[in-house]
Amino acid sequence: MTEPYIRTDLADLPDARGYFGEFGGRFVPETIIPALDELEGAYADAIADPAFHAELAHLQRTYTGRPTPVSYARRLSERLGGAQIYLKREDLAHTGAHKINNALGQGLLAKRMGKKRIIAETGAGQHGVGTATAMALLGLECHVYMGTVDIKRQQPNVFRMKLLGAEVIPVTSGSRTLKDAINEAMRDWVTNVETTFYLLGSALGPHPYPMMVRDFQSVIGVEAREQIQELTGQLPEACIACVGGGSNAIGMFHAFRDDDGTELIGVEAGGHGIESREHAARFADLDISRPGILHGTRSYVMQDEDGQIMETHSISAGLDYPSVGPEHAHLRQMERAFYTMATDEEALEAFQVLSVTEGIIPALESSHALAEAIKRAPTMPRDSVLLVNLSGRGDKDLDTVIGVLGS
Amino acid sequence: MIKAREIHGLAALDQMFAAARAQGRAAFLPYFPIGYPTHQASLDAVAAMAEEGADGFEIGIPFSDPIADGPTIQAATQVALENGTTVRKCLDAVGTLRAKGISQPMLMMGYANPLVAYGTDRFVRDARRAGADGLIVPDLPPEEATLFAGSCAREGLALVFFLAPTSNDRRIAMAAEHATGFIYVVSLTGITGARAQLPAYLTDFIARLRSRTDKPLVLGFGISKPEHARQVSDLMDGFIVGSALVRAGGESAAAVRELARSLRGVL
Ligand SMILES: Cc1ncc(COP(=O)(O)O)c(C=O)c1O
Repeated sequence: MTEPYIRTDLADLPDARGYFGEFGGRFVPETIIPALDELEGAYADAIADPAFHAELAHLQRTYTGRPTPVSYARRLSERLGGAQIYLKREDLAHTGAHKINNALGQGLLAKRMGKKRIIAETGAGQHGVGTATAMALLGLECHVYMGTVDIKRQQPNVFRMKLLGAEVIPVTSGSRTLKDAINEAMRDWVTNVETTFYLLGSALGPHPYPMMVRDFQSVIGVEAREQIQELTGQLPEACIACVGGGSNAIGMFHAFRDDDGTELIGVEAGGHGIESREHAARFADLDISRPGILHGTRSYVMQDEDGQIMETHSISAGLDYPSVGPEHAHLRQMERAFYTMATDEEALEAFQVLSVTEGIIPALESSHALAEAIKRAPTMPRDSVLLVNLSGRGDKDLDTVIGVLGS
Repeated sequence: MIKAREIHGLAALDQMFAAARAQGRAAFLPYFPIGYPTHQASLDAVAAMAEEGADGFEIGIPFSDPIADGPTIQAATQVALENGTTVRKCLDAVGTLRAKGISQPMLMMGYANPLVAYGTDRFVRDARRAGADGLIVPDLPPEEATLFAGSCAREGLALVFFLAPTSNDRRIAMAAEHATGFIYVVSLTGITGARAQLPAYLTDFIARLRSRTDKPLVLGFGISKPEHARQVSDLMDGFIVGSALVRAGGESAAAVRELARSLRGVL
């Protein structure tokens, strides 16, 4: 490896206080501030150490199976009759989603810091599985908080985590989804901060998490940018990714940040539609979503008039979250990235279309990004290129889809 | 007997600590959330504790996602939200308590987001108008003080910051620099909730803080019994009891009164 594996040179933000423009920061109880300082220091130290890059690069190559390929979706593109659609295949990464990139990165960091007890939260279960996997590999103790609503709709992943030796702790407070799992993980961290590493799964939370998770995920875009040029001889007209907390999207977007000809498009969960108020489209429904503070960071938050956090809805557990990573709020404000949404129905349609046209069953989360590509492609010339981040595979979602479509 | 308060804000807190100190004891500061178990019952609980000699109050504003709170306060504030408690109603509650003649210092205690949604400057101004004397925001470290520091200074309200057993010298210096009124010392690494015992390191921990700041130090988290109150009375300028009183409040007004009396009685 000639260049560093974790490309921190792509970024000039956040600033020293963890801000991306007016978003980000550190809004957490005093008890864990010293742990965030320690984490920030340890991360800076790791990033400056070529041995850390080499170790992560080695695992990513020999264990995760990176680089993941970019596939041309020929039959899908032909059917739509416009732009040529290419898929970055994070579904082919070990454990079946991009989450492993971050779990391995933070796992190695935890080990370096001498922390032996690892906690994580999970929504869809993919970050939980990624973390449980990395901890089995690294020999660290792993506890995963998961809302009981999500436990029910992502049963296969619950079983996988247990098989991998992790303890899955059911969370029964609040809406019993990802938001509440993060609350419980933070309470655990506040209590056990001296021995415990909190392995946060998306580009959110207090500084340095949004930065660190982005850096570990930016391998997606770094690889894809090279691959798409090799395959097509050009940069894509647009990169499209789904946005839950925002980690797969920021990981894809980052390498394209300075490519002015490439639009960056994030797709949020439109649930039952904006009018229904049952969705997780933080950037689309500005009546109920505005800048606020949740889980230690300032970003867009879905909330009622009194600042109480609202319950969200999405068919995909991984997008079912009332806030969004602060860097996305910043990219949107700078108009460097654009955000749209896809409904449950549109995602389900895309889920089926990709399965029959390409022989790839996508995660319901990733199906939101595909739905946007399916909307856009027909309006674009045939020599244009759309790059979609296929963040994960859909095996985990079969129960949910059977529930809606019937078997 | 209703008499208008003559001093407010920081001065009222200073006077509270001075009065307790003159009696050779720590100030007793109960926490109670508005709206639990009902709006009226929460006001009655505060009024009862005022009669039992509480020196000041933390008036809790409920939030849907209280990451620093244990099961007791989580459940109570959830009930308060279901009862329709809003930031405005919490401010009005202070106004009502003042109108009843309760003159002890009151600090609004709430997570950042509802206060940001209300408008930070507007919140501080309305808190002052309602008769509150300070503000405690558990998810606001001194790094983010600017969110409230200007308006609190303008209105003369205390803006309290926290220190924890994990705080190093740099953190202690920061809290000492930014906190006004007092510093809230978290007794343990953890979330709120009644504990059987106070941690053994407490005396050394407080000595370490005293050697680095002159600000009044108020202990909270885990204090639940008269024997704890007696233990900390010599050590601290004040102490906060939350979960134990909230649990009593869930039983009856009489239970809150009785616990407050026994906590105050041993000082
Ligand atoms: C396959 C997949 N894609 C996307 C997401 C959404 O997370 P993020 O926005 O952090 O990429 C998840 C979350 O669980 C996921 O499992």
